[in-house]
Amino acid sequence: MDFVQIAYFVFAGAAVAAALGVISLRNPVHAALCLVLTFFSVACTWIISGAEFLGIALILVYVGAVMVLFLFVVMMLDVDTAPLREGFVRYLPVGLIVAVVMLAEILTLIGVQALVATPFADNVATGGDIPNTTWLARALFTEFMLPFEVAAVILTIAVIAAVMLTLRRRVGAKHQDPSAQSRVRSTQGRIRMVSMPAESSVAVPSAMDEMPGTAP
Amino acid sequence: MTMFGEGLAVGHSLTLGAALFCISLAGIFLNRKNVIVLLMSIELMLLAVNINFVAFSRHLGDPAGQVFVFFILTVAAAEAAIGLAILVTLFRNRKTINVSEIDTLKG
Repeated sequence: MDFVQIAYFVFAGAAVAAALGVISLRNPVHAALCLVLTFFSVACTWIISGAEFLGIALILVYVGAVMVLFLFVVMMLDVDTAPLREGFVRYLPVGLIVAVVMLAEILTLIGVQALVATPFADNVATGGDIPNTTWLARALFTEFMLPFEVAAVILTIAVIAAVMLTLRRRVGAKHQDPSAQSRVRSTQGRIRMVSMPAESSVAVPSAMDEMPGTAP
Repeated sequence: MTMFGEGLAVGHSLTLGAALFCISLAGIFLNRKNVIVLLMSIELMLLAVNINFVAFSRHLGDPAGQVFVFFILTVAAAEAAIGLAILVTLFRNRKTINVSEIDTLKG
């Protein structure tokens, strides 16, 4: 049991404990913060086991973006959490039984002893003498190019859908109307002809009188 | 200590993933009134699946597993954004996020 393994077990234990906090804490803000801790611990285990790029991506995408969005929504909605907790005790036995039995079944199925026996090969051995990010990028930008583009389209659609779902016009609010601002009506909108009496004593040619607005 | 094997292996990651999956399943059972915690449990389930993908990608030396985790992260981020937008709209219209009160379709 070397140091790497001890560190892995510490991170895994932190992840499991924080996950238990997510489902059992009363305050949704605390639950969201526990979920942040879970993601961070799992990212640490990924980095230990050699998937550096995904560990960093998990921290950036989840802790940095998704969980901030969660916290934002939790704090924005003024939710009364007391009625949401009813049924917790009532469903506790069946939930625990299902979870524990399922965990036991999965662990039996995995055959932990058999799979623990062969440790991970070195990254060097699997991917040649290149770092994890390069190894991943070579697969992503050659073999998985089309799914990569589709993922970009999915993200764009998600952004547009989220904006369209939450966009609303309040009754009293004042909005800009850019099309009205930039629309030009030909003569009465942009320039206004002002007819002023000329102040000079010099005789003006009669042709100028018919063109008001031209400076003398 | 022979029980934990030598170094990190695929069994460790699979055990962690199974534990997180079962915890999130229990969370769906226990918090069935609260949509926010339900969404968090779903995120936790996706994370457990990702742990398995990373473990087998490292075990088999195949980059496809880690690329797939990348795509799952993308889709999960989109799902979280749209789900939370629906949640905000729901709260604005109904003034509640209690699942047992959202039963209009029951007739």
